[in-house]
Amino acid sequence: MIRSRRKLIVSGIAAAAGASGLAAAARLAQKYGLIPPDHGGIYGPGETLTYATQRLLTRHSLAREFSRSQISPRPFPDELAPLTEDFKRLQARGFADWRLSIDGMVHQPASFSIADLKSYPSRSHITELACEEGWSYIAEWIGVPLSHVLHLVGVHPQARYVVYVSMEPDTWDSIDMADALHPQTFLCYGMNGSELPIAHGGPLRMRVPRQIGYKNKKFITRLTVTDNLKRFGKGLGCDACEAGYAWYTGI
Amino acid sequence: MAIFGPEAKIVVFGSGRLPADRLAASRVPTAPVTKPAPRHSALVRVTHWITTLCFFALLLSGIELLISHPRFYWGETGNVLTKPLFQLPIPSSRRLVPTGYGYVLPDQNGWSRALHFEAAWVVVLTGLLYVISSLLTRHFRKDLVPCKADIPWRKLLASFTKPLRLQRPSAAETSSYNGLQRLTYLFVIFVLFPLVVWSGLAMSLGFASAFPWSVTLLGGRQSARTIHFFVSLALVLFLFVHILMVCLAGFWSRTLAMITGRIGTAKERT
Repeated sequence: MIRSRRKLIVSGIAAAAGASGLAAAARLAQKYGLIPPDHGGIYGPGETLTYATQRLLTRHSLAREFSRSQISPRPFPDELAPLTEDFKRLQARGFADWRLSIDGMVHQPASFSIADLKSYPSRSHITELACEEGWSYIAEWIGVPLSHVLHLVGVHPQARYVVYVSMEPDTWDSIDMADALHPQTFLCYGMNGSELPIAHGGPLRMRVPRQIGYKNKKFITRLTVTDNLKRFGKGLGCDACEAGYAWYTGI
Repeated sequence: MAIFGPEAKIVVFGSGRLPADRLAASRVPTAPVTKPAPRHSALVRVTHWITTLCFFALLLSGIELLISHPRFYWGETGNVLTKPLFQLPIPSSRRLVPTGYGYVLPDQNGWSRALHFEAAWVVVLTGLLYVISSLLTRHFRKDLVPCKADIPWRKLLASFTKPLRLQRPSAAETSSYNGLQRLTYLFVIFVLFPLVVWSGLAMSLGFASAFPWSVTLLGGRQSARTIHFFVSLALVLFLFVHILMVCLAGFWSRTLAMITGRIGTAKERT
């Protein structure tokens, strides 16, 4: 009897310690940006574990790069929704009027033409684009690092995410600052030595090589820097999240 | 008594080397101890059923993910514009995958990916708990590492053909595993399970950025995916044989042993 009471007290203390430990861990995780916006629901714990672990492991790691000889001869662009009339109008003028606007938590909201973006230091990497379905290809991606453009407009220190919006209807996504400031994250306007083909999202696509294909949105026209994703769509961080897909896709 | 013949011989041959607990185990039918140790420890039972649950979640979501691209490749890259190593003759949930079927299945990849990764987390943590605590309690040494007397080819072959002839296991096998079972469990725990986790993680772009060798050693991203598929197949094969053997040995007595820890009565066994 005494033994079982002692056992009960010990397990009670252990449970209380465990619960408060978990609460403290959750607060710390929130503080260090280890909780993804889609942390709710039955799959929330899995999403959070993956995101937190990968953020601790990969904050500064680089996506694998390949040699020129490994570039896929026929990169598969995947299905493309019919182009909108607005897009066709811009296309007819060679995308001379294409603008990328940046707003939100920045010192100087601005907008850039493709020519502006091309005038900034150009970078390239040969990386693999991998779709969540399982297929992949390797290409050379040419663009301006997103961090360069963010530095030009001046990001507020409390900024946590960059939301990017596509010209395709209801198509948007977001990444955290670790990915936004990552040296391999590009506003991408070229591929395999030439212009970015329309099938691959030309004139401008987001290239996040440490995440799955669908985070690499095509036809980017707007960036919004924010500290809170709640105000965007259903607050889950991306359009695909509203169809049950994960926000963080480093896995 | 004829059934006990070979078992009795082993005891005689190996008596100098057999650990005491296994000797005791082989005597259980004739000399019951007043307070027997459970057939399976509480840790083995809990981790077994958590793993079972995760296995089915991973299998279901894995098949669902596979349907979106039932083609496999070798090397770093592969897509519908490249020649596959092989393609499964099933319909797909993506319109651009050439399958020969006139219809496209609905896309279920959102929750399938979420379930796959969440179940993977639980099963990996459970597996770590099982392996670490089993090392501490010497579970592997006591229950799974075969004795020398257990692993001559003739004996292993006998363990293999006996169930094929639909012969029930001997009484001694109620409280302990035979050599073939021991080797199979060790193979699943220390080869197949780590390999399926490794090949799965190699497909994670984030993980691969931190540990690029994890992909290179497997021969590339698409090779990792193909290996993941075949190791999963091997695990499913193990599951089938495992369930078949449980049925042959007495489904309820063995299942109850894995739930309550106690071995069924002699009546249940026969």
